[in-house]
Amino acid sequence: MQTLLRTPLFDRHVALGARLVPFAGWEMPVQYEGVIPEHFAVRRDCGVFDVSHMGELEVEGPPARDFLQSLLSNDLDRIGPGQAQYTLLTNDQGGIVDDLIAYERSPESFLLIVNASNREADFAWLQERELDGMEVRDVSDGYALLAVQGSRSLERLGLEEAPTFTFADGEIDGVECTINRTGYTGEVGVELLVAADAAGELWDRVLERGAVPCGLGARDTLRLEVCYPLHGNDISPETDAISAGLGWVCALDKEFTGVAELRRVKEEGPARRLAAFVMDEPGIPRQGMAILDGAGQAVGEVTSGSHSPMLERGIGLGYVAADLAQPGTEVMIDIRGRSRRASVTKKPIYSREERNGG
Amino acid sequence: MAAESYPDDLRYHREHDWARIDGDEATFGITWFAQDALGELVHFEAPEDGATVNKDQGYAEVESVKAVSDVIAPLSGEILEVNSAIADAPETVNADPYGEGWLVRVRLTDPSEVDSLLDAAAYRQFLADQG
Repeated sequence: MQTLLRTPLFDRHVALGARLVPFAGWEMPVQYEGVIPEHFAVRRDCGVFDVSHMGELEVEGPPARDFLQSLLSNDLDRIGPGQAQYTLLTNDQGGIVDDLIAYERSPESFLLIVNASNREADFAWLQERELDGMEVRDVSDGYALLAVQGSRSLERLGLEEAPTFTFADGEIDGVECTINRTGYTGEVGVELLVAADAAGELWDRVLERGAVPCGLGARDTLRLEVCYPLHGNDISPETDAISAGLGWVCALDKEFTGVAELRRVKEEGPARRLAAFVMDEPGIPRQGMAILDGAGQAVGEVTSGSHSPMLERGIGLGYVAADLAQPGTEVMIDIRGRSRRASVTKKPIYSREERNGG
Repeated sequence: MAAESYPDDLRYHREHDWARIDGDEATFGITWFAQDALGELVHFEAPEDGATVNKDQGYAEVESVKAVSDVIAPLSGEILEVNSAIADAPETVNADPYGEGWLVRVRLTDPSEVDSLLDAAAYRQFLADQG
């Protein structure tokens, strides 16, 4: 049996009574009080997630920018120092090795925050392609990452608003950290990158400011309501960005790994698309369940499914034949042998702008 | 959520179900341990009125955000009534697993099966032995 890794906050999770589960090789809190109250804490106020299991890779040296431009799907020329960008690491077939956020610290220094489950694969991928005069380093063990998210998160932390996908060094009650205007919940918020040995103190300060500790369970329901894909479920090395609805992070006018295949898929139109759906009947869709058309024929598969606390019904994502991916299309989900009606809906399934009447 | 308890007037199945016996009828539900392990319930897949249930076999499903679980019949019988309130408010099971959170009422086909169930003390011991 492989030993599970623990974040610097592990003892605090235990002390808070968290339920701990294995996730991507880490022993992580899935919930404290419960998934649903934690979900509502983020939608209505402020929650904090320990996401220190995520990986941090540094890419430094004069060729760093050109190197990343050739490997990542989005166009780094659209950002400058202090800005960040959601992007994909792609393979020769246009498949998604990982989705990640690239932070430009200076024109020759980038930080990539990557999925925990892909940290080693990403690092190996980048190292194998390293150019002279630059270096790729896995610096994950030196950092912890706290996602503070929610409609009142900035107020709780005493932070000013700032454009999303920017970042700056700062401090929270004297604890130095990098304040990233990013997140995975669909709410306003920040992700605080902090030295591993200062993580406990930062966590304590954030809780004192009223953030509710939230586990990976709520992180999953929050991201699913806003249709952020989860690598390993909704996207993978076998799925391409165009079919996944991530064409907006693919700069097809530049050269990067797999771009020719992505141009072809875009030109011809994908055979399948990642669609969002909402259940019209009771039942909760789960990963791997078949999606059926009106005649009961399998037309796709659920890649993520759960209960939506905001909609109080089952929701999910799944690949279906492209002609069935139109919002309003009626489908059925095979829930353990019972066919239950669902409707394809536009993404996101839930948005805070609609909640606010915007 | 309710505090942990295992009432003395109930009988228990090792799959974490309880039965309240009333002559040749019984009420079934899931134990505090079961609802705590699942977390807040968001769906109850109920059986039909009149359906046959067999001891040790699943007769319904309870589902939380993270997991789905078969509900095992502690005894055999025929469903007389399903607690329809649970379909609308499955979290009632978390709040009151032995009261408002009951799942079904059953006419027993073999009341002697009751002898195979645990009493509260034995179920508590069973939980303790599970660690």
